[in-house]
Amino acid sequence: MSSENKIYFYPLWLRIWHGINALGIILLIITGISMNSGFEQSVISFKLIITVHNYAGVIVMLNYFLYLFGNLFTSNKKFYIVKPKNFLKRPMKQAYYYAWGMFHGMKSPYPLSEKRKFNPLQKYTYIAVMYFVVPLVIITGIGLMFPELIFNKIYNISGVLITAVTHSAMGFFISIFLIIHLYIASIGKSPLDNFRSIFNGWHHV
Amino acid sequence: MKYFTFLLLLILLNLSFGASGQYYDDPKNHDCLKCHSQQTYSFHNDMLDSEQKRLMNPYLIIDTIQLRNGVHHNFDCTDCHSYDYTTYPHIATLKLEPMATCLDCHAGDESFAKYEFEKIDEEFQKSVHYKDYGDNFTCAKCHNQHYYSPSARNSSSVVEIVEYSNKMCLSCHNDMKKFSLVSGEAKPTVVTIHDWLPNQELHFQHVRCIECHTAVEDDLMVSHNVLSKENAVRRCAECHSANSMLKASLYKYQNLQERAEDGTVLGMLSNENYVIGSHQIPILKIISLIIFFGTLAGIAIHLTFRIIIKKK
Repeated sequence: MSSENKIYFYPLWLRIWHGINALGIILLIITGISMNSGFEQSVISFKLIITVHNYAGVIVMLNYFLYLFGNLFTSNKKFYIVKPKNFLKRPMKQAYYYAWGMFHGMKSPYPLSEKRKFNPLQKYTYIAVMYFVVPLVIITGIGLMFPELIFNKIYNISGVLITAVTHSAMGFFISIFLIIHLYIASIGKSPLDNFRSIFNGWHHV
Repeated sequence: MKYFTFLLLLILLNLSFGASGQYYDDPKNHDCLKCHSQQTYSFHNDMLDSEQKRLMNPYLIIDTIQLRNGVHHNFDCTDCHSYDYTTYPHIATLKLEPMATCLDCHAGDESFAKYEFEKIDEEFQKSVHYKDYGDNFTCAKCHNQHYYSPSARNSSSVVEIVEYSNKMCLSCHNDMKKFSLVSGEAKPTVVTIHDWLPNQELHFQHVRCIECHTAVEDDLMVSHNVLSKENAVRRCAECHSANSMLKASLYKYQNLQERAEDGTVLGMLSNENYVIGSHQIPILKIISLIIFFGTLAGIAIHLTFRIIIKKK
């Protein structure tokens, strides 16, 4: 679907998923950081923070299945297909554009179209985050909720420790992703244009 | 073996009647407790043909309230002690008869399998307690068979669990008489030994002795491999940053326990357990700060150039 420089990139299911995910992840990051810093005397009690983290975690996990099934059963999956040709050159070119080209009058090397929703760098990042980092944070989260599932030891290191550390490391990467994601989203027709798109579904090209 | 079979038979009989603490409901009329729960006892001296009142040996006085709250409350005294004790004066040689050990009942029984008594025994045999004192160091040295109650299973308060657990250690390590029974040597008090430990009182209230003094086993509720003091954890960072030795096993345990009490989805989500100190591995902290500030710096520089270019 498209009309005059506009493409309907974000169908309703995807926007719902994205909205729930955004709010959930923000809650998880805030509660996650407060647990790490160990403030016992904060406005919200430490126990409540853990409970909120548990609830938000489960909601984000269920929501992840919406994303997974949405991509499995709609044509949205085609945007995630990676071409082996110039596997590394393509994202490098995009990175070069962000770091240098866009300040020197270069045109975007991979303009978005009906066929291309993500530039290569974006595509790789989304694949890494959505199919590696997020599943890992979900699996380790389940492990911490059901510690009897965790192996007891790997080479003398406690399984609970490894799971907890992996969980927070992945959570950290998601936080970094969020910061960069929000910033890059401001590089659009206007700084707020892409933020409008994720609400109404239409992307300006 | 004969004794053991008899004991088993008694236990089976006992369980089949679904007994629950009825033996100790009325200590004053209980054959044993009418004397052994009192400071003094009276009996008829046949030789002098007179009533006599004497002081009870304080070590043989049973606290009936603790007894009724203990895990073994539905066994009668003579389920474990010889039936011949029902006569008074007690026969002197009864003292020399072997008692059933904990593992005689608890090992190899499926209903106790989840507590892994065999593994506990294996771990215990590696411990300094076993190495130094061998079979004389029985389970009962720490787990009073009369009063034992599984606090970690019954309590949801970490402070309570810690207190109960530490009392077991301190009952000897802070008691010269009991300590000399096992070690045969006098020792300075626990407080002096732990002088190096900052906030000693706070540590003693919130951390189980075994967190630093045993080798951690996640799958056991409590590790029984008590290490020699040279091998105890002394580095603050072991718990406070680099490792979650602290609570690794208690975390697992508490988590399962809360679910057993409230197995609903909501109960599970409201589980408030948390692995302390596991997230603050110093090197990871430094790396994550570098990545975080690097990201912010990169964005700030990029944004500055975007603004400059736009103005041109």
